[in-house]
Amino acid sequence: MKPDLTANCAGIVSPNPFWLASAPPTNTGEQVMRAFEAGWGGAVWKTLGQPIQNVTSRFGALRHPAARTIGFNNIELITDRSLEVNFREIAAVKKRFPERAVVVSLMFETEAEWKDAIERSIDAGADGLELNFGCPHGMCERGMGSAVGQEPKINERITSWVSALSSIPVIVKLTPNVHDIRPHGLAAQRGGADGVSLINTVKSIIGVDIDRLIPQPIVGDLGTNGGYCGPAVKPIALHMLAALSRDERFHLPLSGIGGISNWRDAVEFLLLGASCVQVCTEVMLHGYRVVEDMLDGLEGYMREHQFYTLEDFVGRAVAACSDWGDLDLNHELVARIDADQCIGCYDCVVACADGGHQCIARAPDGAPRVPQVDEEECVGCNLCEIVCPVPGCITMTAIDNGFAPASWNDHLTHGARLRPKKGSHG
Amino acid sequence: MRPTTSAEQTKPGVQEYKVPLNANQARVEAARCLFCDDAPCVKACPTSIDVPQFIRKITTGNLWGSARTILQANVLGRSCARVCPVEELCVGDCVLNEDGRAPIQIGRLQRFATDYAFARGWRYAEAGPASGRSVALVGGGPASLAAAHQLRIFGHSCTIYEKRSRLGGLNASGIAPYKMTDEIAMEEVDWVLGIGGIEVRTGIEVGCDISLEELEQDHDAIFIGAGLGADTLLTDLPGSELGGIEGAVDFIERAKSGCVDLRRVKRALVIGGGNTALDAVRLLVRILPPGGDVRLLYRGDAAVMPGYAHELAAARVEGVGMHWHTQPVAFLGEIDEESGQPRIHALRCTRTDDRKRPIPGTEHTLACDLVILAIGQSPAVARIASTPGLEFVGGCLRVDATGATGRPGVFAGGDCVNGGTEVVQAVKEGMRAAVTIDEYLKGVER
Repeated sequence: MKPDLTANCAGIVSPNPFWLASAPPTNTGEQVMRAFEAGWGGAVWKTLGQPIQNVTSRFGALRHPAARTIGFNNIELITDRSLEVNFREIAAVKKRFPERAVVVSLMFETEAEWKDAIERSIDAGADGLELNFGCPHGMCERGMGSAVGQEPKINERITSWVSALSSIPVIVKLTPNVHDIRPHGLAAQRGGADGVSLINTVKSIIGVDIDRLIPQPIVGDLGTNGGYCGPAVKPIALHMLAALSRDERFHLPLSGIGGISNWRDAVEFLLLGASCVQVCTEVMLHGYRVVEDMLDGLEGYMREHQFYTLEDFVGRAVAACSDWGDLDLNHELVARIDADQCIGCYDCVVACADGGHQCIARAPDGAPRVPQVDEEECVGCNLCEIVCPVPGCITMTAIDNGFAPASWNDHLTHGARLRPKKGSHG
Repeated sequence: MRPTTSAEQTKPGVQEYKVPLNANQARVEAARCLFCDDAPCVKACPTSIDVPQFIRKITTGNLWGSARTILQANVLGRSCARVCPVEELCVGDCVLNEDGRAPIQIGRLQRFATDYAFARGWRYAEAGPASGRSVALVGGGPASLAAAHQLRIFGHSCTIYEKRSRLGGLNASGIAPYKMTDEIAMEEVDWVLGIGGIEVRTGIEVGCDISLEELEQDHDAIFIGAGLGADTLLTDLPGSELGGIEGAVDFIERAKSGCVDLRRVKRALVIGGGNTALDAVRLLVRILPPGGDVRLLYRGDAAVMPGYAHELAAARVEGVGMHWHTQPVAFLGEIDEESGQPRIHALRCTRTDDRKRPIPGTEHTLACDLVILAIGQSPAVARIASTPGLEFVGGCLRVDATGATGRPGVFAGGDCVNGGTEVVQAVKEGMRAAVTIDEYLKGVER
């Protein structure tokens, strides 16, 4: 049976869970139409508000030595095109692609402005609204964007205005620039939102030009903080997504955003409770065509796991998200090195010696260049497995130490017996 | 240390010269790809496989999608991964060459993805709803296989008429075994036939056992993918009837099935300057007894030979000697002690000038006990050459840009049309003709 990739997030249905996030790739109708031709399931239109004036330059990149961009930063603002043009193009996109989800991102100051934009979005045929309470640069200095998202009361108030006025689903997009995401998700819920999307970009300075002595990206002779995104922010996004998914008070559907580059990333977000995902940076770097791998990669994953709909696995990793105090301290792993696969780089030896617990030794002189693990001292940290360039060569292997499972909380509450510590070298 | 052998490398003497990539090697190699837009590697591929897409999918572990990208564009993508002259096509055009960096090993990555898919029995196409129309395919090589598979997707039933006992054509019998084993070619044939609805009638030569006109009565359209005929032999030279003189395509086929006895061969000469000649010398250096001497004779030189430069360079590294500007004038024989039959023991040759013309007074003799002739193949379509509407140029069947011949309802592609070139070109011509045939059948009343 062919898996069905249809997604439903907050009542907004799309033929697949891959939406373009509100950003430069959804700036115009022509772009969104090309994206839909490439296979994207939905698009959140570049945020509409009173059109702004942008600066140059606007972007910065954090690069891996292999010249790949792993983190991305922008100081671009919301749309700089007139509302009239935007709404006309939204209507044209919906007319040509009626089955795709078109969500309009909005950011306004006054209740009157919000009301006008909501009505025009609905008239244009939008499937939903996304309230931009997350933008961490520029707009927040004018009292919008993350300035709203960081204040649960303001978030709730604006959300309730919009929800009262809107006949289509309302999604609130949250900023990660808060110490705990949960009060902000709950504020959106109290305000009557139909769903929450997260995360917006992380407030950041991407780098400093060390010859000109100016933070990047450089505008004239100055720099400013921007919004950080791309693969590097994925762990932050996953944590915040899981925090809301785990919160028993929170019941809204979630749209996952933050560093999604391929189908694997998307599956991770779905497993932690997102019912669709939004992508921007990967498209900015490589084009709309990246959706092809997302689509058949997800389909292949679903076939392999015999999932036939997204509901079969959305949220399935939430129950395994735990607190440190509930982890089993008696679970004991040791590193085992497969001599047949080892290529003798000794990266594990140096990592264990300098950053681990000094329990992997070089091979004796004359012996094959395969490192030796001292299992009596190995603390099972898995640093060696991470640095090994040959996947599957180092396996973290569970050993039976005879101790029953016991967490720190078990130990505190009823004195559960813990195994002896390893790796302290006397 | 990790072993580097694979199951396909176990036959003595014919180890694959391109070692397969393991999963980690493939991922690391794929991660080097720049994911070019409007990529030169795609443009270099006759079947326009979306190379950057299939490579990106390897980096994400999406091998299901990676193989789909390949096999939907080229249904014989698994053997093309092995036999394509990638140095002349996709790899040769990789933009990394421009940067002085090693190009992406596209052929080996394609092999990795398609081998993975085949091992799991993945299929990507289903036969379309039955159209009630039937198409006859003459010849069972790559062009007909590609055409039949595509015609089944359109819902037309197919019958392949093959004069030999099995399908695969030159891709099965004529590919030197160090490039691809027989098993790979036959697995691929089975995979193509797995779409269902392709009837196979072997041992039937069209134009001999059944006429083209009879096929026209039984089917709604005909695709001719008959390939090329027998090796051209130098029958007008003295001594051409001697034992130990063989055609290259025939020799490669028999060597693959283990039907050649080379125990007493010490010196082999291969005559010709094309890729079949280079395949033959590279095969011989692998299968002659130790100490065997293999040489190539060509009436031009390296600069003008039609064979690929990378194959010539590899043959040189493997120890093949080259006699440029040399051509045979007579085969010299003696009675073979073992068989009592006359057998070649030397080749009388002459030097040739820059225009490949013999230079008087330059005759000389080269000792040899095996001569392989790789100077071309005869047209296979000779038996249908007199069919009204079919036109031939230089032995090649003429088609228009869509694969249609001058005879209504008759289409063609592959070696019988292009005179003999890459498998990937035959696949492209077969798929192109299938589209044309589908349009033709839609326009014809029942």
